[in-house]
Amino acid sequence: MALPPLLPKYHLEVLISVIFWAYLGIAWNLLGGYAGQFSFGHAAFFGIGAYTSTLLLLQAGLTPWIGMLLGGALAAAFGLFEGYLSFRYGLKGPYFSLVTLAFAEMLRVVSVNTKAVGSSLGLVVPSAKAAPAMFMFAGKLPYYYIILVMVGLALALTWKIGRSRLGFSLAAVRENEDAAETAGVDALGTKLRAMALSSFLTALGGTFYAQYFAYIDPTITFGPSVSIGALLPAIVGGAGTVLGPVLGSFVLTPLSELTRYALRGRAGADIMLYGAILVLVISFLPQGIVGLVRERRVRAGRR
Amino acid sequence: MSLLEMTGLTKRFGGLLAVSNFDLSLDAGEIVGLIGPNGAGKTTVFHLIAGFHEPTSGEIRFKGGSIVGAKPHAICRLGLTRTFQIVQPFAGLSVIENVMVGAFNRERDAAAARHLAAEIVDFVGLGARGNAPARSLTLSDRKRLEIARGLATRPEMLLLDEAMSGLNPTEIDEIIGLIRRIHARGVTLLIIEHVMQAIMALSQRLVVLHHGEKLAEGAPADVARDRLVIEAYLGDSA
Amino acid sequence: MTWGLLLQAVVSGLLLGGVYGLVASGLSLIFGVLRIINFAHGAVMMLAMYATYWLFVLAGVDPYLSVIVTAPLFFVLGVVIQKIVIEPNRAAAEHNQLLLTLGLALFFENLALVLWQGDFRTVKVAYSGASFMLGDALVEVTRLVASAGAVLMAVGLFALLRLTDVGKALRALAEEPEGAALVGINVSRIRAASFGLGSACVAAAGALITPFFYVAPDVAESFNIMAFVVVVLGGMGNFVGALAGGFIVGLAESLGAAFLPGSLKQLVVFVIFVLVLLLRPQGIFGGSRGR
Repeated sequence: MALPPLLPKYHLEVLISVIFWAYLGIAWNLLGGYAGQFSFGHAAFFGIGAYTSTLLLLQAGLTPWIGMLLGGALAAAFGLFEGYLSFRYGLKGPYFSLVTLAFAEMLRVVSVNTKAVGSSLGLVVPSAKAAPAMFMFAGKLPYYYIILVMVGLALALTWKIGRSRLGFSLAAVRENEDAAETAGVDALGTKLRAMALSSFLTALGGTFYAQYFAYIDPTITFGPSVSIGALLPAIVGGAGTVLGPVLGSFVLTPLSELTRYALRGRAGADIMLYGAILVLVISFLPQGIVGLVRERRVRAGRR
Repeated sequence: MSLLEMTGLTKRFGGLLAVSNFDLSLDAGEIVGLIGPNGAGKTTVFHLIAGFHEPTSGEIRFKGGSIVGAKPHAICRLGLTRTFQIVQPFAGLSVIENVMVGAFNRERDAAAARHLAAEIVDFVGLGARGNAPARSLTLSDRKRLEIARGLATRPEMLLLDEAMSGLNPTEIDEIIGLIRRIHARGVTLLIIEHVMQAIMALSQRLVVLHHGEKLAEGAPADVARDRLVIEAYLGDSA
Repeated sequence: MTWGLLLQAVVSGLLLGGVYGLVASGLSLIFGVLRIINFAHGAVMMLAMYATYWLFVLAGVDPYLSVIVTAPLFFVLGVVIQKIVIEPNRAAAEHNQLLLTLGLALFFENLALVLWQGDFRTVKVAYSGASFMLGDALVEVTRLVASAGAVLMAVGLFALLRLTDVGKALRALAEEPEGAALVGINVSRIRAASFGLGSACVAAAGALITPFFYVAPDVAESFNIMAFVVVVLGGMGNFVGALAGGFIVGLAESLGAAFLPGSLKQLVVFVIFVLVLLLRPQGIFGGSRGR
């Protein structure tokens, strides 16, 4: 990790981007990959995090370090609300995905129409001078270290959960909810736990984004690009695995940067590529990159 | 006090009366067989006991307390669990991991759960395939896995739904042996089965269900001779 | 809130509702036969709108007439998409099939963005501004034609489903996939046809609204959501429900616009969506199968 200080600015930015989307992917993965509940509306939690810490900073001068945690708590509460409604009413699969999408869109519409949070003009986060206690730094390097720590913690958490009682409950619920219940797993409680963790972590990412880019608006934070950006790395890398989202982001993010660079001025080229990749991955590599590696290993072991 | 007691159990699905006024009690340590022609409502009774459906009316008491309206996982924690007619393994997990899900009901720690799971896996005879993915198992082994997963929850009572269906005679004998060993460990059993020799050999008491109603109950030999029972099976054989 | 404004809202809502109904009918058909929730539905509509636009700008073809060209064209596109992308993955997990259509949606929406940028384009025909008064309400001719055309096409779809062999095969496949194969129905061809037909419907709807609705890549998303809400409301796989649902949603949106400030009208639609999903997921009229 000594490399980054030597990297040219652009490369460092890309690296931060890669790790940032890996982080969001890991957060999404807890609910989507591990619990098997595919959310298409994770932007809801991202936006709650970003807006909570930013508003607290602008209105009350509260440091985003604390605002981040409050945003996370708020997002977790919203996630539990959303999750309880959905799971209690038995929404599964595509119907659950659609509901999460609806909730994210609702938050977006509400923010666009609420002057107090800046409407479509959004909010500018003060970043003129460095103030580490206020989550403001001069160069990009400190942000790199912060997101690195965040991703490390998220990875550690995912790994630990995977081997724990909760991890087994999640896997059981994901594989077969009825059988899980019969084996004594509280399906509703398990899914809600995954939802709370996932939404909390996602919200932290929202605050990071706000402090790093210094500007947020409803479309950026609550829009589909975040929701999709959060699930893609996990799907491509391997949903339900610890490293999947990281691998996925290392593949996708540079590709998107490359595409944007190659087709300068052509907005949408990178997302178009994402769409194509998604179709290809689902068709040929449904278990993601990690799944492919595992399969090769199993085959090699058999010989 | 009976371990499991059902009184006036009734379940209606829209216009269809699946179970009607069904009474049954099991004392601890019994093996009771539940038989009847296809569509008689046997699996529905299991669904009702295990908490997958709520009865339209009637009462179900386990260890003296009502379990009507309780969720399946809560009923499992109380000590009652079931297997499914069509086996439902956690396909993506290994055999041991499957059983660990059940074991986690009694052990909070992963290592302890794994230890318990390994013991159960050996007990049901899957020791050699502990790390194999569940989806790679034969039907007979999947049935053992299903039973193992249930046993890992340390139940006082186990509902077995057609554990023998689809098995060849050798496999049936093996499962009969397994069921006897489970019973010897002190587990009370309520068994749905179509394989007649098996259920006759295993049951201390037989209950016959037909069109959702109890048709007969008693010692296997007596029930087998009961004219109504014979008519029910022959009449519905079309 | 005057009666006049209320009447206006109702009229506008009903007019747009007809189009929503046609869009949703296509989606409902696809779900009924293929059992997938087609996220790319709005994107296909958007592409059809561009096709209509280019036909108009480059060849002077009237948008309503161009349906004769675009509908069959997008039927073929639908069939191709189904055969190449969807059919090979028919055994995949449900959420993966959803992601598949999402990938298609992203691809098409951004393809349009790359090719034609995000600028709003409009089709201005001679009669674009024509309108008449119905009591206190203003009725735009283009909207009326769109709604009438949509309802007509939906009726045509029903007729096709009821009376033709293809239609019967589609319904058979929707209700009894295994039985359908047994009686000799060419299952893969009919499955492809369902996607083609659904795409043709949404393409026709797109063509119909170009005289009064702007053409841009983001049209895809708004109509996508609308289509889902209508289909869930009307019941997945229920075509009559889709049409009725279209009018209900159109009305709800329009009344929302009349009573709520800004773009909060969208909230009305989402709230209805969530409520239906939670309380009556089989839709008001019940779907061809439950959840």
